[in-house]
Amino acid sequence: MPIEALLFVLLVVLALAIAHMRDLFAAAMLFSIFSLLSAGMFTLMDAVDVAFTEAAVGAGISTVLILGTLALTSNEERNGPFRLTPLLVCLGLGATLIYGTRDLPVYGDPGAVVHHHVAPEYIEGSHNIHIPNVVTTVLASYRGYDTFGETTVVFTAGLGVLLLLGGAARRRDPEEEAAPQATSEVTS
Amino acid sequence: MSLDQWHHIGSIALLCTGLYIVISRDNLVKKMMGLNIFQVAVIFFYVTMGKVTGGTAPIIPADAHGHEVLYSNPIPHVLMLTAIVVGVATTALGLSLIVRIQEAYGTAEEDEIVRLDLEEIG
Repeated sequence: MPIEALLFVLLVVLALAIAHMRDLFAAAMLFSIFSLLSAGMFTLMDAVDVAFTEAAVGAGISTVLILGTLALTSNEERNGPFRLTPLLVCLGLGATLIYGTRDLPVYGDPGAVVHHHVAPEYIEGSHNIHIPNVVTTVLASYRGYDTFGETTVVFTAGLGVLLLLGGAARRRDPEEEAAPQATSEVTS
Repeated sequence: MSLDQWHHIGSIALLCTGLYIVISRDNLVKKMMGLNIFQVAVIFFYVTMGKVTGGTAPIIPADAHGHEVLYSNPIPHVLMLTAIVVGVATTALGLSLIVRIQEAYGTAEEDEIVRLDLEEIG
């Protein structure tokens, strides 16, 4: 088995540690390490573009967002009761999924069906239009509408965040804002 | 179940851990972390399928002529790039919702929010 299998075990241990942690700041740091380790694994699996996106977005932006939220909410998670049902649901789902993936191709199989559909065409086309990175070619040209949809989603999400948090300064002291309105009602 | 399928077993183990965090923890920030772990698991499921043994990253060297170089499949990489960016957008939206919930209820624990809601009704 290759080194990736060992790193996968580390990733699962990290995920379990995040589940166990009650200190949310420590959990956020573990989450950042989790993202960075997965970025390293993506490099091993030849997905360099996914790796640097994950390193920038997962280990960077997501962690900063989580830390910002922790600064505005609580740093400590309350100790809840242990529940058996979620554990059983997850184990059941895992067993079903493993049963379902039994006949999928093994890791790195060059004869797998996915490698013989449109992928050779994309690589050939990228070579013909002189763009060295095939992922860039597919992202911007073959699947340009996908990328357009993606930017629309990001724009909508940014708009949503602005609408949700935009009036934060006004909401901070609702009494002060409500007071002049009340007096104006009285005078009129 | 054979160990040749270790990449699927690993992805599924991560996926189940993420799902477990989402449905068993009351803290909303912890739920968002679980959702992110779930997302990374799905990304791994795709990226491991794109790997070809002996292949290299799908970047064509300047001196390549024809097909003598074996590349890993670029399509899962493209799809997962989109997924990561959309994932951080949903994370940002979810976290800002949590900030608003904290402002309105004074807590980010789900069971307390439900309790406060029930008190308001009853």
